[in-house]
Amino acid sequence: MAERSFKAEVEHLRKGAGETFTGEGILAITKALLENGVGYVGGYQGAPISHLMDVLADAEELLGELGVRFEANANEAAAGAMLAASVHYPIRGAITFKGPVGVNVASDALANLASGGVTGGALIIVGEDYGEGSSIMQERTHAFAMKSQMWLLDPRPNLPSIVKAVGHGFELSEASNTPVMLTVRIRACHVTGSFECKDNRAPTLPVAEALANPRSDFKRVVLPPYSFVHEHEKIDVRWPAAEKYIRDNQLNEFFGPEKSKIGFVLQGGMYNNVIRALQRLGLADIFGNTDIPLYVLNVAYPLVKDEFLEFCEGKESILVIEEGQPEFIEQTLTTYLYRAGSKVQVEGKGILPMAGEYTGQVLLDSITAYLKKAAPDMVPAMVRAPNQEAPQIPDLSKVVPIRPPGFCTGCPERPIFAAIKLVQKELGKHQIAGDIGCHLFGSLPPFEVGGQTMGYGLGPAGNGAFEGGGKKRSIAMVGDGGFWHNGLSSSFTNMAFNKADAVAVVVDNYYSAATGGQDIMSSRAKNPTKATNNPISKALEGIGIKWVRQIDRTYDVTHMRNVLREALTTPEKGPKVIVASSECMLNKQRREKPLTAKAIKDGRRVETPRFGVDEDICTGDHACMRLSGCPSLGLKVLDDPLRDDPVASIDQSCVGCGNCGEVADAAVLCPSFYEARVVHNPSAMETRIAKWRDGIIGWLQARRAARRLNFGEAA
Amino acid sequence: MNAPLSHKTPDARLQGIIKLAILAVGGQGGGVLTNWIEDLARANGYAAQATSVAGVAQRTGATVYYIEMAPAAGGVPIFSLMPAAGDVDVMIAAEMMEAGRSIMRGFVTPDRTTLIASTHRSLAVSEKMVPGNGIASADEVMAAAEIAARRFIAANFDQVAVKQGSVISASIFGALAASGALPFPRSAFEDAIRAGGKGVEASLRAFNAGFDAAVNGVQSEAAPAPKPMAKAAVSGPARLKTEWDRLAARAAALPGPVAEMALPGLEKVVDFQDLAYGTEYLDRLDKVLAQDRAENGWALGREAAKYIANALCYDDIIRVADRKTRAARFARIKGEMKVKDGTLMQLTEYFHPQAAEISGMMPAAMGARWQADPAKMARLTRWFDKGRRLRSDSLTAYVMLYVLGGMKGWRRKTLRHQQEQTHLHRWLETALSYRAANYDLAVEVLRCRRLVKGYSDTHSRGLSKFDRVLDGIALVANRADAADWARRLREAALKDEDGTDLDGAIQTIRSFA
Repeated sequence: MAERSFKAEVEHLRKGAGETFTGEGILAITKALLENGVGYVGGYQGAPISHLMDVLADAEELLGELGVRFEANANEAAAGAMLAASVHYPIRGAITFKGPVGVNVASDALANLASGGVTGGALIIVGEDYGEGSSIMQERTHAFAMKSQMWLLDPRPNLPSIVKAVGHGFELSEASNTPVMLTVRIRACHVTGSFECKDNRAPTLPVAEALANPRSDFKRVVLPPYSFVHEHEKIDVRWPAAEKYIRDNQLNEFFGPEKSKIGFVLQGGMYNNVIRALQRLGLADIFGNTDIPLYVLNVAYPLVKDEFLEFCEGKESILVIEEGQPEFIEQTLTTYLYRAGSKVQVEGKGILPMAGEYTGQVLLDSITAYLKKAAPDMVPAMVRAPNQEAPQIPDLSKVVPIRPPGFCTGCPERPIFAAIKLVQKELGKHQIAGDIGCHLFGSLPPFEVGGQTMGYGLGPAGNGAFEGGGKKRSIAMVGDGGFWHNGLSSSFTNMAFNKADAVAVVVDNYYSAATGGQDIMSSRAKNPTKATNNPISKALEGIGIKWVRQIDRTYDVTHMRNVLREALTTPEKGPKVIVASSECMLNKQRREKPLTAKAIKDGRRVETPRFGVDEDICTGDHACMRLSGCPSLGLKVLDDPLRDDPVASIDQSCVGCGNCGEVADAAVLCPSFYEARVVHNPSAMETRIAKWRDGIIGWLQARRAARRLNFGEAA
Repeated sequence: MNAPLSHKTPDARLQGIIKLAILAVGGQGGGVLTNWIEDLARANGYAAQATSVAGVAQRTGATVYYIEMAPAAGGVPIFSLMPAAGDVDVMIAAEMMEAGRSIMRGFVTPDRTTLIASTHRSLAVSEKMVPGNGIASADEVMAAAEIAARRFIAANFDQVAVKQGSVISASIFGALAASGALPFPRSAFEDAIRAGGKGVEASLRAFNAGFDAAVNGVQSEAAPAPKPMAKAAVSGPARLKTEWDRLAARAAALPGPVAEMALPGLEKVVDFQDLAYGTEYLDRLDKVLAQDRAENGWALGREAAKYIANALCYDDIIRVADRKTRAARFARIKGEMKVKDGTLMQLTEYFHPQAAEISGMMPAAMGARWQADPAKMARLTRWFDKGRRLRSDSLTAYVMLYVLGGMKGWRRKTLRHQQEQTHLHRWLETALSYRAANYDLAVEVLRCRRLVKGYSDTHSRGLSKFDRVLDGIALVANRADAADWARRLREAALKDEDGTDLDGAIQTIRSFA
């Protein structure tokens, strides 16, 4: 896949009993799947679970030995549907994706799966992308678990706990015929640690064998009257079975003293950071031995009523620590207490903030506030009466600029957005819909192209209301990843079918780039296990879109702008689609850098381009920056008392993509940019000609210099 | 400074936990650095845990890595998964504004935090977009860091690493070793790099350089010495040199603050055209100085010296061609591109001439006729208006540029020259007309010349902003605070491309003027 190899990680997956695994959480999950006899794995890549997919994609040999089927699914819905194999067959299956966007896409399949129920363990591993660094809307997967009745595991964020959760997940699923979701927060996916390995286990029933001996049972099909039966089954049979398994196997954990007037109920994922707050308050030691009883919900749904009520016995009040809103857990627990006629006070949201990430500071402040209220005797003296004032640190909020993500150096998408910005300068502002992917950065400064995004592959569909046309046409962006994920059907057949008089731009960078550079249908690389090299333009033709323009070098800003202008102004009706293709620079560099270095070393002729700015020709207006935002294009403060404004400057990280020069040309900016191409290992003839030429140029330069005043080295 | 902790921690072993956060910009190798630190800790008998938030944030956005470690004895320590305000022992910021961000987020506190920061800047888009100077103040961050950190170790670790052919993660790792914030010897750090196995030699070089830079502190990166005045390296034919010396002496004899600008100004003007042009420059300056006095600090004269020079040296085809064909430029680029023996360099210039620039090169009367005739201008557009990539290392393109660059004799006859002279004259007259009633306002109007810059559309946009600012100033010229308004208008004009801020400021003025 892509240009990265995960062979080293694959070796970790081969470890057996008696060996210790040390590494990231997400890789530990991958290993745990194999230890628990998983029969098939599928999913869709995305932070923070991409690693699981990438490593398995490179582990073909190992999977073959064990008889495990791996699919890189077209999207999360396909992944969810794949769990159908566990409906009738006692095969353990696991799928993974980013939550909750993945759950959104997969919800149709998952709801059907949950209704009919499963025979083999079905595990849905969700990388919960909540809080700092997240690139998606902030929502909870929890709601999906509740509405479809799938159990939700939220293990403590350390490797042994996470690994244990995988095994219990399968068993719980089988014990209660219910799919189980395993949610792992973003930091837990990337947390490092160790666990003791077990031997990998081949599935008891490999999928190939199941295929040879097909089974079916119409009672599991989601059709009346059986769908009504499923609904009752969920409550009467599966729920009690799940509760029993959870209690018997002590999935939820208790820490701290048995007797106390207060206690905390918390999601497993919050455990470490809660302990840290208690450590800072002097209420827990380094190993997490705490003075306050903790009821840690490694199973966030269902909540086991009896277990909870037992925990509350003898307590005056509890604090529920539940990240995210709405406060599903707190509401349920409050109901349990109320119905039990309990007098235990429940604190939670209110003391803790309703929304947002529970950072170290939030937890420290909230727990302190709770203790002051519920158990003032436990508050350490220092907090009760701080005797030292914190020093005043200057406020930097007006100084430090925000740094949202943006296009990488040399990104082929940058010139596309430069061209759109230029065409809007000519034709006025247009209605532009964005999509998910790196190209969504185009909606940020300096381009500010695109005003909303409705979901992966839904860019053009998001312009549906405007596709009747009018004085101006709408423009929609979509990436090649989004195109194959969902866009072809939801956006493009939608456009074609409705005879949309609108423009769509497919940003084709040869990979699913934002998720780590995985191959997709239209990737140009040869991939032995996947069908690649299927042009997007052919798919568009296939659904009857006639006006398709293929652009094979997005860096040609002038051409890019001209094609856009044509699409926006042509009298031709119907969808107009521009496929703008150039390889993702991150992946390209990863592949080509070592090859180039080797070629130079081997004495082959290689040209390496880089751009530069003549600083005395640049006037410091920064018009180029407003059409670029390239990390390698920065500013330089000149050491010249006559100049006020810093000038453009290109650092050595430049990869010579050409956007600077092309933009300077297309937008008629200035003649400051030049491209310097270093020719390594030139031929003898080339060197001779260059010498002769340099001689003449040198003579001309000396001639002029001799007739004028020359001021130092200023050039 | 050893302030007591604000929260008492009865378990003494908690003091053994070292909490280390790294705030990096995507692509700086924060992941590699994290791995090294983690391996270092484990190899030295510590339990360690690292986490990060990667995802799309790694694409040039700011990314946080977090590591905790403690002596591994007696059980498994419970580590936090994220840094908390007031609870970080070592904060590594791989860029100056990220250091500022770490302070803002409370990760740097006087009681405990060793802050290791690279002083280099990786500019945010918002800083680069501004038509004027939008660069955030690193000095303010430095000052805050001195207060916020228990120890502050700063140097340009990016430059240090690049010099060694490596990346900042290695030089910062060196600085971490030098800081002594981790209880491991230097050799253990080097072993961690070796164990990593990739690019070991370059990383070790950068590690050593980073170590030294941290020990020597900010001094290692001495501020660039102010450029010596133009006197040093003037060379040329004796006849021209004599005349130059005379002019330079005349400029040097001006009042101190004026001479400071007039000398580089004179150099710029003579380099742009010739010595006669230099004389004109000093004559114009003298006229302004006749209205200036020592008790005003010669502000008017000083600004005039600066901006008249800039106005005289407008950006025309001749200047660009002259600059692009000089030997020093070729040498500079070869140096920057590291062109060594056995390699060659090809140089492509990106030009896009427009009808206005071509007609500007015509003799004044003819150029004016053409510019007044849309059909003629359309013809020029048809002939010339397209992107031209010139290989200035090839003979044909070089000679063409060389000839253009040598047309200084022609320049004074051109329409562009006439236009620039008129504009210059009008601007100076306007400024001086305010002189008698409001000295400060006259100074501010001179400074408005800063707004005129760029080529083609950028240049016309600059001119239009200049006009709007001067019109705005005229509205308030009679007020006592007119100079303040003039400054505000100019600054607003430099805030954004379209002049939205400027329009707002002018509206405000209209509301009371």
